[in-house]
Amino acid sequence: MKLLYFAWLRQKIGVGEEAVEPPPEIADVRGLVEWLKGRGDGYAQAFRDLDSIKLAVNQEYAGLDHPIKAGDEVAFFPPVTGG
Amino acid sequence: MAIRVQREDFDVGRELDALSVGNRRVGGLCSFVGLVRDMNEVAGAKSGVEAMTLEHYPGMTEKQLEEIEAEAHRRWPLEASLIIHRYGRMEPGERIVLVATASPHREAAFEACHFLIDWLKTKAPFWKVEETDDGAARWVEARDSDDAAAARWAEKAGGSL
Repeated sequence: MKLLYFAWLRQKIGVGEEAVEPPPEIADVRGLVEWLKGRGDGYAQAFRDLDSIKLAVNQEYAGLDHPIKAGDEVAFFPPVTGG
Repeated sequence: MAIRVQREDFDVGRELDALSVGNRRVGGLCSFVGLVRDMNEVAGAKSGVEAMTLEHYPGMTEKQLEEIEAEAHRRWPLEASLIIHRYGRMEPGERIVLVATASPHREAAFEACHFLIDWLKTKAPFWKVEETDDGAARWVEARDSDDAAAARWAEKAGGSL
């Protein structure tokens, strides 16, 4: 599974992209986030307030309840500020 | 229909000319150009902006812009449209984004252009970090007013033409 982090999430976590293999019982993004929070302080800080974070699964906006599977691309980022 | 995500600046006049060349059904062109401004207001306090850097999500950005553009064409009778969005470091006065629409009639061109920039601001995955005159770098926060501007278009079933 490919994970991407943008803007301040990338800065807190320390990398912009990584490949991970979460345990098979993790079935949705919410479970993935909980698992990631256990990987270190940077992750815990980045995911402290889930209301301030947007996410996409395979490059489409999704919610925390979105199912995930091996091979997915999951991205986490703050609300967008383009234009 | 065209979208471009690029580091380089663009020539507004040339882009607008290209939008209607050879198409005599076009009666009006509308464009919006977004620029880096030298001032931002955070929690009521003004700070000078020296520069900003835009990053984006390659792949998803293009998908989102294409979807937004396709939605505009579903809602309004457009002959052509163009979205150019830059990324990278830019200083005040530099162009960030160009949205342009061409239609037989001005109302459709105006409305579709407004729609495109409003939706782009809340849907296209770009993020800005500002360098301020006190030497700090600060991630720009999303504005509720931008969400409200985008939501107006969600309430409309379609364009007026």
